[in-house]
Amino acid sequence: MSRIEKRFAQLKADKRAGLVTYITAGDPNAEVGYQILKGLPAAGADLIELGMPFTDPMADGPSIQLAGQRALKAGITVDVTFDMVRRFRKETGDNDTPILLMGYYNLVYQRGAERFCKEAAAAGIDGFILVDLPPEEADELKPHAVANGLDTVLLTAPTTDDKRLPAVLKYSSGFVYFVSVLGITGTTSASEEAVRTHVERIKRHTKLPVGVGFGIKTPDQAAAIARHADAAVVGSAIVDRVKAGLDDNGKAKPDLVPGVFAYIKALADGVRGVRKA
Amino acid sequence: MSPSPNSFRTGPDERGHFGLFGGRYVAETLMPLILELEKAYNEAKADPQFQGELKYLLSQYAGRPSPLYYAERLTKKLGGAKVYLKRDELNHTGSHKINNVLGQVLLAKRMGKTRVIAETGAGQHGVATATACALFDIPCVVFMGSVDVDRQAPNVFRMKMLGAEVRPVKAGAATLKDAMNEALRDWVATCETTFYCIGTVAGPHPYPAMVRDFQCVIGDEVRKQMMEAEGRLPDTLVACIGGGSNAMGLFHPFLDDSGVRIIGVEAAGRGIDSGEHAASLTGGRPGVLHGNRTYLLQDKEGQITEAHSISAGLDYPGIGPEHSWLKEKGRVEYVSATDDEAVEAFQLLCKIEGIIPALESAHALAHTLKLAPSLPKDNLLVMNLSGRGDKDVPQIAARLGVEI
Repeated sequence: MSRIEKRFAQLKADKRAGLVTYITAGDPNAEVGYQILKGLPAAGADLIELGMPFTDPMADGPSIQLAGQRALKAGITVDVTFDMVRRFRKETGDNDTPILLMGYYNLVYQRGAERFCKEAAAAGIDGFILVDLPPEEADELKPHAVANGLDTVLLTAPTTDDKRLPAVLKYSSGFVYFVSVLGITGTTSASEEAVRTHVERIKRHTKLPVGVGFGIKTPDQAAAIARHADAAVVGSAIVDRVKAGLDDNGKAKPDLVPGVFAYIKALADGVRGVRKA
Repeated sequence: MSPSPNSFRTGPDERGHFGLFGGRYVAETLMPLILELEKAYNEAKADPQFQGELKYLLSQYAGRPSPLYYAERLTKKLGGAKVYLKRDELNHTGSHKINNVLGQVLLAKRMGKTRVIAETGAGQHGVATATACALFDIPCVVFMGSVDVDRQAPNVFRMKMLGAEVRPVKAGAATLKDAMNEALRDWVATCETTFYCIGTVAGPHPYPAMVRDFQCVIGDEVRKQMMEAEGRLPDTLVACIGGGSNAMGLFHPFLDDSGVRIIGVEAAGRGIDSGEHAASLTGGRPGVLHGNRTYLLQDKEGQITEAHSISAGLDYPGIGPEHSWLKEKGRVEYVSATDDEAVEAFQLLCKIEGIIPALESAHALAHTLKLAPSLPKDNLLVMNLSGRGDKDVPQIAARLGVEI
């Protein structure tokens, strides 16, 4: 069982949905970024998505674009990201919280899918969410992910109809990520009813847990998602808290890290307040 | 299915790959729409009514065929190859871009889409798209880097007059790459009703093949016109390359004629060695961006680096995937010309032939000036004059220190 599978099994036993928190690796810089990463589980994150900063994040809205620019400016590379995860596993002794890398395929491709998977697994990473790698192109990554025990979480969207879903699910492991709105990250939010309908539809095709993201900003919204999905994913709203903690020169103010954690705790309380059958 | 070794014209395969290149690297939200587009395009392609309508528009609205003009004074000056100019700058809207746009906007209408978006660099594709949308009464939004908005001001105003909304993009270097990112972001939110009219032979499959097909009218005409003028095929073809649509349109019909030497000219900016250029084939390596795998300007890690060219239309860190494949196969030679060489060529053509070329096309001309003198007098060289330079006049004046 992978860490991701174990975590969802535990959530099921606890009769609740999970909270998946996204941060961009090394935002606003390597050290503060690491302090945030390190404290996420205690703040209430059940799974962690760690964004690999990329110059051209085509599926992301302004919040995550800016986070990526801050991280790139701070010199964050794939190696630095791997080191951060290695340090997390070592210093916290947390070998249960899954960490997924999220980002764009070119960074994987440049390193070579085989080497990338090997190094990611060795660093303590559990899987990938690659925005621009649909099932049509996933063949070049999947065998190396499997060989290294890494999950590949594929995205489904409102436009992914019943005919297409099996193709997406075939390549997905760990969980399936439902992009709940048409659009980029951090903009509009889906209605609870739409999420319910789509999650039920996806669950007719798979036993995999379903995580739902895009546009979740408040504890109430997170709770609404938790009523229907196995996990709520929050990203842009968290990196907005990072940005809010920066002074005019882009330096982290003392309340940046506590501010991020307080927000995540509120989201976690929202998610945990929903009891599931 | 890989292309038969006897032909360079059978790609892409059913998954949109040209060998290693091409493909469909897009967000899942867009995938179903791209598959729908592929299906709709294949149906339209096989539909005589669609082809008839397109042909009518190309001739009666855009003014095709464009002349294949023997540039006698230029030929005499260079003292070598017999230089023909394919006058695609004479098309309605002033460049080859209209060939593709009329096809795509017709397709958008056929698919029942109610809004069209486009990215633009020099503004030529934006103007062409705004034009076709005015003709078909479809709302149009054009994304343009804010740097390009400044350096191609005449085209921005033209688009607005044609009824399009121009959205300046401030992200990144605020040029063509960033405009494309922003167009993709818009599309992912509006894909059920919006048609994305890509301006070059790049992006996810089926765009590279579809745009190529629409641009092949250039090469098909040259073939016929050269037979009429000289009774044989040309010996040498030269075209400039940003994304590579005018070049692909000229080259593709000749790929299997092994006697035809084919040369693509990238923008070398301030020189390849300066690092400030837009020559992805010369200075880049394969990577994944904007929906396809192709040669890209990027750092060791895979972060995309900024391109530089005086020409907004060539200022892009990538290139169409089929060009990447043709480079690897060795069928097409890819060279480059600098900003300075292009400006010099621009001025020469004004004076010697009375034709103001687009700065993009001036790159092809710059290489022609280098190449033609070394070729025999019976060598028939065709250079694609893909756009006219009216839009570049303010920029050239500024560069030459002239106030207008």
